[in-house]
Amino acid sequence: MKTIKAPYSVDGGIHPQYHKELSKDNTIEVMPISHLLHVSMSQHLGAPANPLVKKGDTVLRGQVIGEPAGFISAQVHAPTSGTVKNVAPATTATGQTAMCIDIEPDGNDTWAPEISERAIERAGLIKKLISNPDEHRKAVIEIIAECGIAGMGGAGFPTHVKLSPPPDKNIDTVIINGAECEPYLTSDNRLMIEHADQIWEGCKIIRAILGAKRLMIAIEDNKPEAIATMEKAVGNDDPDADTSIVILKTEYPQGAEKQMIYNLIGKEVPSGGLPMDVGAVVENVGTCMAIWDAVTNSRPLTERLTTVTGTPLSSPKNVLARVGTSYSDLIAFCGGESGKVAKIISGGPMMGFAQTSFDVATTKTTSGLLLLAPAEISTYSSMPCISCGRCVDGCPMNLMPCELSQMLEAEDYEAAEEYNVMDCIECGCCAFQCPAHRPLVQHMRQGKAVVSAKRRAKK
Amino acid sequence: MTPTIITAISIGGLGFACAFALTLAAKFLAVEEDPRIEKLTDMLPGANCGGCAYAGCADYAKAIVLDSAKVNMCAPGGPNTLAAISTFMGVEAEAGERNVAIVLCGGNSTNAPRQSLYNGVADCTAANSTAGGDKTCTYGCLGYGSCARACPVDAIEIKNGLAIVHPELCIGCSACVKTCPRHIIKMVPENKTIHVLCNSHAKGPIVKKACSVGCIGCTICTKLAENEAIKMDKFLAIVDYTKDLDSDKVIEKCPGKCIVRIGASSTPNTEPEEPQKVTG
Repeated sequence: MKTIKAPYSVDGGIHPQYHKELSKDNTIEVMPISHLLHVSMSQHLGAPANPLVKKGDTVLRGQVIGEPAGFISAQVHAPTSGTVKNVAPATTATGQTAMCIDIEPDGNDTWAPEISERAIERAGLIKKLISNPDEHRKAVIEIIAECGIAGMGGAGFPTHVKLSPPPDKNIDTVIINGAECEPYLTSDNRLMIEHADQIWEGCKIIRAILGAKRLMIAIEDNKPEAIATMEKAVGNDDPDADTSIVILKTEYPQGAEKQMIYNLIGKEVPSGGLPMDVGAVVENVGTCMAIWDAVTNSRPLTERLTTVTGTPLSSPKNVLARVGTSYSDLIAFCGGESGKVAKIISGGPMMGFAQTSFDVATTKTTSGLLLLAPAEISTYSSMPCISCGRCVDGCPMNLMPCELSQMLEAEDYEAAEEYNVMDCIECGCCAFQCPAHRPLVQHMRQGKAVVSAKRRAKK
Repeated sequence: MTPTIITAISIGGLGFACAFALTLAAKFLAVEEDPRIEKLTDMLPGANCGGCAYAGCADYAKAIVLDSAKVNMCAPGGPNTLAAISTFMGVEAEAGERNVAIVLCGGNSTNAPRQSLYNGVADCTAANSTAGGDKTCTYGCLGYGSCARACPVDAIEIKNGLAIVHPELCIGCSACVKTCPRHIIKMVPENKTIHVLCNSHAKGPIVKKACSVGCIGCTICTKLAENEAIKMDKFLAIVDYTKDLDSDKVIEKCPGKCIVRIGASSTPNTEPEEPQKVTG
């Protein structure tokens, strides 16, 4: 194992205030199960799952309550044992409406019996996989699908799909994303400090599944503790392999998939392509942990680490909460509000989703819940572009947000497509920099929706 | 020869040569087009609204002639245009009723509160995709005017945070229906006057919290309406426009005050200052 500095560096990026000090030293706290859990069927990217239970059913923890509805979709499991109180559409954190299963816990938190049976049956599978990947690869991917694991970095791409690249794609590099470049969020940092060994086991599983030679664990240099614990965990385990811990400079968005690949291996993911096109797969540290749990204990993804933070919160925490815990319960667990809350954001301030109420529940992808005080936010009106070019400097995808936003305002979607609006990763660097306060990201998001609808219609 | 004369001769000669080339081109390279297409295009209103599902009037005319498209697709043209086209093409076509758009929501900024401050792009689709919109009612009109901008004849007005269609200006192209992200604009026959101005399928208590003029799903109107012209669908009264309905009782008895009469006898919602003449 070696520790290196990132050899390449993408253009663009910004340096916002990070505010990580609010919660970065607070150890992970396990939250007691709330009195009612709201499990959305839209836990991941792609088609929402189809509910398998109805009102009045009793469920056990780990029981499948939603089946995948399509290729890019994932299973949803009951986060605890209890009774189904309702199955109805509800608004998710992203503002869409999806079916939601309300479960009233019975307090016993009983695991479904098949979970422990499977765990006994699969004892020692990791060793078998690493010594003979070809034979056990398929079985392990099936376990990951069965456990409903979705990327825990934020987008929630179903992991079993990511780990099954088509045979013509040769994956030579596995990148483990521990950058956590979003301001305020500290959950990945805590996970690396407190569960480095499990993350390392998860890394080895991913590497064996993909048959990759190189493994790179990327961490920003503002997390020295996490770097140290990960170095210790990797240590001299597996000395033959090409494993490295890569230290990134602190800059937003270092944790974005395409930027990370370039910074680490110097290859650019082609426009409209996937990381596997350049032989790389990127997984978040949280996903590694979930994969380890799935393969060793056969436990489905029913809880996740969420940073609950912000200045108007009494005690910011890194909370390990069940999937489906409502935001109001999370806030209550963190001592409630200590001041006036002006804005609620699910996720980090750069890429998170603004919420209109606390009546939303966590999902597998909720990396943070952020409260902002009135003094920390500003309302503004958008003004015409002054062509200063700051957004162009800031864009890590080398796009021209100023031009694109004006094209999209004029509804010239063909031109926007030609200027690669579809490559926008919605990181928010452009809007952060814009002195005219133009809603650049919103324009892009809308433009992308229209262009992809047009592309679908063409097919 | 003076330079002036040389210039005049050379430029003039060049002009003649080009004119000659163009004449030849017009003669030999002419694209033959059915002359009926041009005549049909002239008969159509020329609003290019796209309501017929073709890209403008000329495209629709072409489709009628070449692909024998239906001749009764032009809503703005009305019965006169239909008669002219069907006579010209020698086909029989039944005129549909004249349909106009209506926004099935009565929740303006006074009646239906907003739960949060939206500070983004002033567009309904954008607002709707940001945390599901800033209005407490998740079914109602957001009032950011996407429909008004889509309307080719400016028949939609945003009044106190609510879109209102002026039926006498509406040409029935249904461009607004396609734009509305909450799908609350419907095309209804012009002669129907009683409407349920609500689109919320939520249960009564939720509606009451979100809006003072919403349908709470009490079913009183379904019992009072003649010909079973109002039906319930998931806590929402829906007018069946194929049936006759003209009693004031449903309007009086509605506890949510969401059933109103628009057009014909009274015009509670529509007071256009100066009706514009729509050409075509």
